[in-house]
Amino acid sequence: MSQITDLSFSELKQSLNDRTLSSVEITSAFLDRIESLNPTLNAFITITRDEAMQSAKDADAAISQGSATPYTGLPIAHKDLFCTDGTLTSCGSKILSNFVAPYDAHVVSQCKTAGLVSLGKLNMDEFAMGSSNENSYYGPVKNPWDTTRVPGGSSGGSAAAVAARLTPLATATDTGGSIRQPAAFTGTSGLKPTYGRVSRFGMIAYASSLDQGGLIAHTAQDIAHGLRMIAGHDSRDSTSAREPVPDYTQTLDESLQGKVIGIPKQFFDDRLDSAMRQAMDEVLEVLRSLGATTTEVSLDHVAEAIPAYYVIAPAEASSNLSRFDGVRFGYRADSPTDPMDLYERSRGEGFGSEVKRRILIGTYALSEGYYDAYYKKAQQIRRLIRDDFNRALGHCDLLFGPTTPSTAFVLGEKTADPVAMYLEDIYTVATNMAGLPGGSFQAPLINGLPTGYQLTGRAFGESMILNAAHQVQMVTDWHLQRPEGV
Amino acid sequence: MYEAVIGLEVHVQLSTDSKIFSGSSTNFGAEPNTQASLIDLGMPGVLPVPNAKAFEMAVKFGLAIDAEIGQESIFDRKNYFYPDLPKGYQISQFDKPIVGPGRVTISLEDGTTKTINVTRAHLEEDAGKSVHDAFDGMTGVDLNRAGTPLLEIVSEPELRSAKEAVAYLKVIHSIIRYLDISDGNMAEGSMRCDCNVSIRPKGSDTLGTRTEIKNVNSFRFVEKAINTEINRQIEILEDAGRVIQETRLYDPDKDETRSMRSKEEANDYRYFPDPDLLPVVLDEAFISTCRDALPELPEARKTRYVSEYGITDYDAGVLVADRDVADYFAEVADTSGEGKLAANWVMGSVLADLNQTGGSITDFAVTAKQLSDLIARIKDNTLNSKTAKTVFDALLASEGEVDAIIESKGLVQMTDTGAIEAIVDEVIAENPDQVANYRAAPDEKQGKMLGFFVGQVMKKSQGKANPQAVNQILSAKLSG
Repeated sequence: MSQITDLSFSELKQSLNDRTLSSVEITSAFLDRIESLNPTLNAFITITRDEAMQSAKDADAAISQGSATPYTGLPIAHKDLFCTDGTLTSCGSKILSNFVAPYDAHVVSQCKTAGLVSLGKLNMDEFAMGSSNENSYYGPVKNPWDTTRVPGGSSGGSAAAVAARLTPLATATDTGGSIRQPAAFTGTSGLKPTYGRVSRFGMIAYASSLDQGGLIAHTAQDIAHGLRMIAGHDSRDSTSAREPVPDYTQTLDESLQGKVIGIPKQFFDDRLDSAMRQAMDEVLEVLRSLGATTTEVSLDHVAEAIPAYYVIAPAEASSNLSRFDGVRFGYRADSPTDPMDLYERSRGEGFGSEVKRRILIGTYALSEGYYDAYYKKAQQIRRLIRDDFNRALGHCDLLFGPTTPSTAFVLGEKTADPVAMYLEDIYTVATNMAGLPGGSFQAPLINGLPTGYQLTGRAFGESMILNAAHQVQMVTDWHLQRPEGV
Repeated sequence: MYEAVIGLEVHVQLSTDSKIFSGSSTNFGAEPNTQASLIDLGMPGVLPVPNAKAFEMAVKFGLAIDAEIGQESIFDRKNYFYPDLPKGYQISQFDKPIVGPGRVTISLEDGTTKTINVTRAHLEEDAGKSVHDAFDGMTGVDLNRAGTPLLEIVSEPELRSAKEAVAYLKVIHSIIRYLDISDGNMAEGSMRCDCNVSIRPKGSDTLGTRTEIKNVNSFRFVEKAINTEINRQIEILEDAGRVIQETRLYDPDKDETRSMRSKEEANDYRYFPDPDLLPVVLDEAFISTCRDALPELPEARKTRYVSEYGITDYDAGVLVADRDVADYFAEVADTSGEGKLAANWVMGSVLADLNQTGGSITDFAVTAKQLSDLIARIKDNTLNSKTAKTVFDALLASEGEVDAIIESKGLVQMTDTGAIEAIVDEVIAENPDQVANYRAAPDEKQGKMLGFFVGQVMKKSQGKANPQAVNQILSAKLSG
């Protein structure tokens, strides 16, 4: 039998159900691996060994008493912007480097209720702002495939931890591509659900109208299991949808015969790297072989998605991050002389440079006299983008494209050029603007590095995305490739 | 000659049990920060959830002032930093308030009425309080009040004097009390008022530069603050100066307004729609449920009281201004069957005492039942107006019930003509000079002179003699 940590979430579930493994065995195997590899990868900010072992013991007791749920005793780790009662929740920022949350986020409590064992908290770009995980106060996360490279961001810790088999399942969030881009860079599967599918309660906000919690794992099937746990209406989040939650695992095996997959021509123009195009063609070939038909569609306003995103997201962030003022929690400057001094120095010393940049951009965009030219205009573009997607999805079941322009880049390569960094999200941002579900799944390696393809579905069409990705994973081994170094 | 142009922004704390976006209690006076949840504290990750009760109250207010109700209502963020503003923004409404244009009618001193247009009313959350005197050299923050629902009611600048402004404010107060959507307690800050004041030459139709006087917290101060500010602005213009657009504070101790911040220093609030809250769409069913639940409003009640109790328009206006007073009056009038007498007693003795003590009718010492018992004893001639007042004072002092007081104080009116005659004879015998004068006087003067004898008789009877009988007997005996 292979090592415990090589098993996927679904396989571990099977082993627990068969009683071939106990939660204590599984949990300690992952904790041991985290402790040996985290010094290299820096994927975890906090490792909660004692709490994890206690939950594992409780889980084993529940399993033997027959009071377990189907998921009791399985490991998970949470991105460090999900509040966890009694544990540091840093959001990757100095300003929250002393913040022990007094409550659990909805996603965290759902996982607890399902009986999952939390291994710890995962590194991330500060306040989820970044595409390389280099903006963390706790230092960059390394890509397990090549530790000189970035894992993507902002959920870099989640993606690297899954890729390096430090956890079989990780929570993550996606505002402009923060689940899908790191999933593509690390050879993992990642799903950003429809806006409103997963409650944002307890998820520290970056851009409230775009933020959505989701998951990173090895397979679409693993995500189907995880999404069942975290999706659903939560009365504490007014934007949480009342749409019923289907059993995503039940539709994984449906045939793709007759399904129509739209290929946005804007994603396959001359600028697309030829190796990336070839990798995408291979995936499309598999989808066609499974009975799907493909058709070209046009998303006319998709080119405007990045500029509009970089108005809306910073605008919301500039307001969302106002609460970090040194008054009630978090980092507080020494000996303030008056309130203004307290704000200026607490925030000046507590926030990193990318966060400050976005607060400034957002403050400017909302200022009197500029609101119409920037924020309002960006919202109009957002509506046009949503209309484009809905039109295309009127006759297509899914839209297909690359997740990223290239494979993982080298640490430090783009830090000096914020615009180059922002363009990392060129294929992912539009999905957030449209509020639709999007997943990134493993495509063929390019020069030994992972790539991802992206599927975008109709609102609340997560089942269709997971079904298609699972079907591809049933006939390919791209998702089984492992980083060799770790 | 100058004319004042005044518009009011009235902030009303809605009396919901819980806050507008959290489940915390809204009770006044709890220990600092004991009524502040994670949401009120603006903890990382928390989200606002609207309280439907606040919407219901706002809609009722809108219906009461005959306003358009916003079918789609949007919450915006008003961004600024302040230690008692936990999130660094206040959730308010900017473009699409829940209540659109409406109107109220105010009564002026000359007996005429005037319609004042209400621009809008919107929902927002209150901030906390900074406490400056609790810690040496430091400021404390109490977030109990943070998140309490406020309805901000904005009038058009159609008020022309401090008196009109107060009349308008009283109408708004009366409406919110009738609707029972706020306790309207200005001293506790449940109702606060910002006054926008400018002046212009009479007859001009261009507006002068306005100043805003913030947070005035009593009817009296509103009147004084506006008058003070009008005079200040007149002095400036008379001295060929220029009024600066700014925010000012009223200091009641010095009876002056002083500058708080100028327009240049004003915040850019960077309003934008709160992405944590979806647009609230009020359907017709909700609005009509609110409409069905509307109580009888002051204007309607006034009309009813005039016709039902036969009282004057003026008296009805005074009685209905406060819903609890109006209810009290109605109970007295219904129980005693004497509308006019009830109106006289409530407007005279009852309101006089309340005005003097600053007390509230709801915990007034004399119950409506007691006052109607008292009126019944006036009606059946047991009491005259003088002894009735003695009984009322005893009721105020909680000395017991009406009949027991009459009994113990021996106040039963003397109606036995024989006994009165005996006293009259005594008085005539004791005052021969006055009797002679009276008899010598011409008829038209005798009426006035009779008062002396009446007074003497009443005194001897300890106020118990029936005044009509005394008059009758005296006139007969003196002329005879």
